[in-house]
Amino acid sequence: MNFDFSDDQKFLREEARKFLSAQCTTKEVREVLDDEEMSHHAGVWQKIVEMGWLGAAIPEEYGGLGLGMLEMCVIAEELGRALAPVPFGSSAFFFAEAIKLAGSEEQKKTLLPGVADGSIVGCIAASEGPGVVDTGHINATFKDGAISGAKVPVTDGDIATHAVVLVKEGSGQSLVVVELNGDGVARNSLGTIEPTRSHAEIKFDGAKAERLGDAGQGMPLYDQILNRAAVLLAFEQLGGASVCLDMANDYAKERVAFGRPIGGNQAIKHKLADMYVKNEVARSNCYYGAWALSTDASELPEAAAAARVAASEAYWFASKENIQTHGGMGFTWEVDCHLYYRRAKLLAVQAGGPAVWKEKLVSALEAKND
Amino acid sequence: MDFQDSPEEAEFRAEANAFLSKHLQPKDGNSIRERGDDYLQRAKDWQKVKAEGGFAQITWPKEIGGRGGSPMQQVIWNQEESQFDAPTGPFAIGLGMCVPTVIAFGSDEHKKRFVGPALLGEEIWCQLFSEPSAGSDVAGLKTKAVKDGDDWVINGQKVWTTGAQFSDYGIVLTRTDPDVPKHKGLTMFIIDMKQEGVEVRPIHQASGGREFNEVYFTDVRIPDSDRLGDPGMGWKVALVTLMNERLAVGGSPGPDWKEIMDYARDAGSMGDAAFRQKLADWYVAAQGYKLTKFRTQTALSKGETPGPENSIGKIITANHLQDICNSAIEMQDHYGLITDKDKAPAEAIFQQSFMWAPGLRIAGGTDEILKNIIAERVLGLPQDVRVDKDKPFSAF
Repeated sequence: MNFDFSDDQKFLREEARKFLSAQCTTKEVREVLDDEEMSHHAGVWQKIVEMGWLGAAIPEEYGGLGLGMLEMCVIAEELGRALAPVPFGSSAFFFAEAIKLAGSEEQKKTLLPGVADGSIVGCIAASEGPGVVDTGHINATFKDGAISGAKVPVTDGDIATHAVVLVKEGSGQSLVVVELNGDGVARNSLGTIEPTRSHAEIKFDGAKAERLGDAGQGMPLYDQILNRAAVLLAFEQLGGASVCLDMANDYAKERVAFGRPIGGNQAIKHKLADMYVKNEVARSNCYYGAWALSTDASELPEAAAAARVAASEAYWFASKENIQTHGGMGFTWEVDCHLYYRRAKLLAVQAGGPAVWKEKLVSALEAKND
Repeated sequence: MDFQDSPEEAEFRAEANAFLSKHLQPKDGNSIRERGDDYLQRAKDWQKVKAEGGFAQITWPKEIGGRGGSPMQQVIWNQEESQFDAPTGPFAIGLGMCVPTVIAFGSDEHKKRFVGPALLGEEIWCQLFSEPSAGSDVAGLKTKAVKDGDDWVINGQKVWTTGAQFSDYGIVLTRTDPDVPKHKGLTMFIIDMKQEGVEVRPIHQASGGREFNEVYFTDVRIPDSDRLGDPGMGWKVALVTLMNERLAVGGSPGPDWKEIMDYARDAGSMGDAAFRQKLADWYVAAQGYKLTKFRTQTALSKGETPGPENSIGKIITANHLQDICNSAIEMQDHYGLITDKDKAPAEAIFQQSFMWAPGLRIAGGTDEILKNIIAERVLGLPQDVRVDKDKPFSAF
């Protein structure tokens, strides 16, 4: 039984935590929050690019570090702790994984080195409006090497240079890659509840696109990409949830009311114990997802879904109850609690919300037990 | 990251499995086997075979009859044994909690007299701590022990004593000094359960069964030589017992996501979207519990001390069980009331566990006490207000 990260991976975690706690504090996060013109923190982004983390799970032959998915999980957790206001997840978890999974040799050679060195920032564009992404809601169309239609919202869509886009092709769906700085692409930034990660509406009008994977394979490929990204997002969520528990715990010990720290009251103690239980359930499910992802196990669909469901629940609970534990202070702009509350919701609904993943999980269990 | 045994662990697992296969039948699916009238004798027989084979109390030193093995080997043994129809119930408390306390605080004579027979399944032990007015706050107990010559005379009542009806010995926590704060006036003894003045009465539980007991003491005499620890040190002794309890409690107590999913399929309810969402939550919780144990085992396997993550176990499993059984009954609607095994789906396992679940949320530490433990010992939050902490017990 070796259900833990290796010593090398733990060392990477320590190094990443040290780096981020020096280079990416909530001061940097707030610079993005308070400046409407800032889509992300370019200074932090540049330093992260230099660390080479974007290529942690990209093979060396395509310009990456060739470490592996477990290393990427470790990095994801630390980025989540730091609330990193950068398009890391869009580029590394979604775009690079999509190219690795479905790309031709030519596409891998053209695109992955750019992701690894930061010259390409990728994103994924699926949603077109309120509601779950499914075949009935995909109207953007691919025909004769070009796409038309609109995607909204696209996380990091106004920063990205490239997008993987889920489109209608004939009577089915396909994935395509689009260069976003080319002709026929118009982008508008959107206001969201999470301004430290930018979002855009992208309108395509005959933009040049090339297919990623086979025609008509859009939905199954999209599902597989989501399964991979879900594990990484879950680690990012886990990182944020852990910080919320630490913040609430520290505050409960120092805030005095009725003559003693509020953390001496069972209403607070039990709330924080509940947070701890949810975080541990999430951590264990995340580890299993990491194992399935790193070994390409047949259990990946249910492992990824369980990690995602557990981490979404843990982060939601920890972020809202962290505000509650802080009382009125927690509802001020100056105290950091709301940063996690915002990020928790972004990460929970990006790539499908909890209800979607619960349904995926049960479908996977049904398929297993047929 | 993997789920493989190390070569040494695999070797031990194979050895354990071979021994078990030789002596026991594998478990029959998920069904809970009826214990039957011969259960106690079967348990005693199996304990003897196990001890003679060198598999009883694997982590105990060889000098006292253990195997001198590692905690990881004990985990492997427990995993393998749970795959078989092994009657281990009557010994869990004695060997898991009482006898370790005797080993820690008893005399050499005690160890010589009691450890061997307990290991060989010849003598069964029970733990006598809880009282009608002392449950979560067990240090508030009232059973009196008064010194009389070389003996102590015990009067009082214990409650929720598992296995008292067939126990030969017990460890009993008593109040020997009511004029000091409650934790400081307690003393622990070994008690002969078959002697005059000890009366065991089964408790009729809310679930309908009678597994637990009340135990009444009327002028029961215990020689001073059967005291465990100094007079007034009983709480310290009890903490050693309870520390072992937390290691002993665990395991899946009843139907889980798989059983309710099987039922839902048979019943044609898998199309119910609300049910599917709940099923996902149950799977995540069950996996969370199982995988957290894997993390603990990983620490053991590496020779490290496990972290506090295991403390989440019973809070999850007990609530999880109650929720699943409730939903299974509601899915059956009016018919879900039926407990007749030949009529109720899954031989009424959901209905049975529905009535057992409230007890599970209380036994071995209530949800609320376990959350206090996580808050205080894991998160380092302040203790609850204890207005009786520094005052003599007799003042209340």
